[in-house]
Amino acid sequence: MIESRLTRNRNFFCFLSFVLFLGFFSIGSASAATESSESAAFDPKELIMHHVADAHEFHILGEGDRSVSLPLPIILWTDQGLVTFLSSEFHHDDQGKHVVEKNGVKLLKYHEKIYYADENGALQLDSEGHPLNAKPWDFSITKNVFSLFLSAILLLLIFIPVASSYKRNQGIPRGLSGFMEPLVVYVRDEIARPNIGEKKYLKYMPYLLTAFFFIWINNLIGLIPFFPFSANLTGNIAFTLTLAMFTAVITNFSGTKSYWGHIFKPAVPSWLYIIMIPVELIGVISKPFALMIRLFANITAGHIIILSLISLIFIFKTILIAPVSIGFVLFINTIELLVAALQAFIFTLLSALFIGMAVEEHDEHH
Amino acid sequence: MELVTPSIGLIFWTTLVFLILLFVLGKYAWKPMLSAVKEREASIEDALRAAEKAREDIQKLTSDNEKLLQEARLERDKIIKEAAQAANLLRQEAADRASAEAAQILQKARTAIDTEKESAKAEIRTLVAQLSLEIAEKILRSELKNDQKNQDLVQTYLKESKLN
Repeated sequence: MIESRLTRNRNFFCFLSFVLFLGFFSIGSASAATESSESAAFDPKELIMHHVADAHEFHILGEGDRSVSLPLPIILWTDQGLVTFLSSEFHHDDQGKHVVEKNGVKLLKYHEKIYYADENGALQLDSEGHPLNAKPWDFSITKNVFSLFLSAILLLLIFIPVASSYKRNQGIPRGLSGFMEPLVVYVRDEIARPNIGEKKYLKYMPYLLTAFFFIWINNLIGLIPFFPFSANLTGNIAFTLTLAMFTAVITNFSGTKSYWGHIFKPAVPSWLYIIMIPVELIGVISKPFALMIRLFANITAGHIIILSLISLIFIFKTILIAPVSIGFVLFINTIELLVAALQAFIFTLLSALFIGMAVEEHDEHH
Repeated sequence: MELVTPSIGLIFWTTLVFLILLFVLGKYAWKPMLSAVKEREASIEDALRAAEKAREDIQKLTSDNEKLLQEARLERDKIIKEAAQAANLLRQEAADRASAEAAQILQKARTAIDTEKESAKAEIRTLVAQLSLEIAEKILRSELKNDQKNQDLVQTYLKESKLN
């Protein structure tokens, strides 16, 4: 009894010292890295933007030449047609120095974007440091696309067994289904039904459920700070734009006569039409636009706050600030956990609301 | 600026992945889950409704029983009442008949008495006349000789008494 407790305690201490050691080591190595590149001062903005933005390789650990990362496939539609190769062919170069030649196309990578190299195999920058070179169409599997696939696989692995377990258990939710069913029922009863209405909600359930869980799981994946997670997918404008477009398309394609009537024949004196119709049309655009910005800004802001707090350690160049940073990061991370669910909920709720407004059959009452 | 510039590649892959997810999850996850939930809700609702109906049935049955009992009670009361009435009637009838009979008997007796009285009266009257005659004869025999005057007088008296 006592012995087992002792061993458990010993195990615990081993674990604790291991964690502490890891912590010191990583901070030590990080500070060493900053020390080594003394000439280039620590730039938190660059670090944060690098972490928040998309990338062509998935960084796992380490710094500079010693870093370990997963090379991801680069898929380009160039002047010469389709070009594909692994991002490792750039040899971690992100400054547009290493030229890769494929199918007679010379390419280089600058700040995680692929450009055509000019005749000298170089990159032309304007006075503000923006590249002037042309870009091929980039359909690469980037870090975010990788995360996208990962989340899709996770969703399929979670929900298909959950759904098939119902048949096995005669419609009784057991195990994971018991956890997932209330969420599904919540989306149905608190989001779809009240906003779309009893008659039509069922048709939009697949979209709302998919959007809700897709956003949520990607928000959560973004909060886990190590490979193969950590990509800032839901904080990427392209992702939120696409989802907002889905809502916009569904909303406008299910618009009833009264919805369009509201836009093109509002219940105002006809001389006001010249103002009202543009205003209503702006409304059609601004609804999905707000969806896009809200999700993007919330998630990116969360990532930026956490990275800023971590950067404090390197800005002050002292380990003494670390407990403060870690404390705040822990606090913000907890809030982010809430925000992850909240933003998924809000996106779905507003989508349902917009759809509900579009499918509503009513007499003019305002 | 780079942050808010959407990249075509991610838009493409997001659209593709989302559409696949929408289709696959819609068919193999949301539909079975939602229908299972709906089925369960429907069965719960059915069960609740059946329980409610059973409760109502029992209540109805109880009230039916109560009603039946009430009816039986009323019937019993009615029968008792009727029996009492019938008994009363019978008693009344018997009494009536008895009194009628008594009256009849009384009447008969009275008639008989009257008849007897009349006949007795007549008999007495004859007897009295005879007796009177005998007495008168005796008196006359002793006191009177054949006296026409007396004879006439007697005759006159007799007539008078007869007329009476």
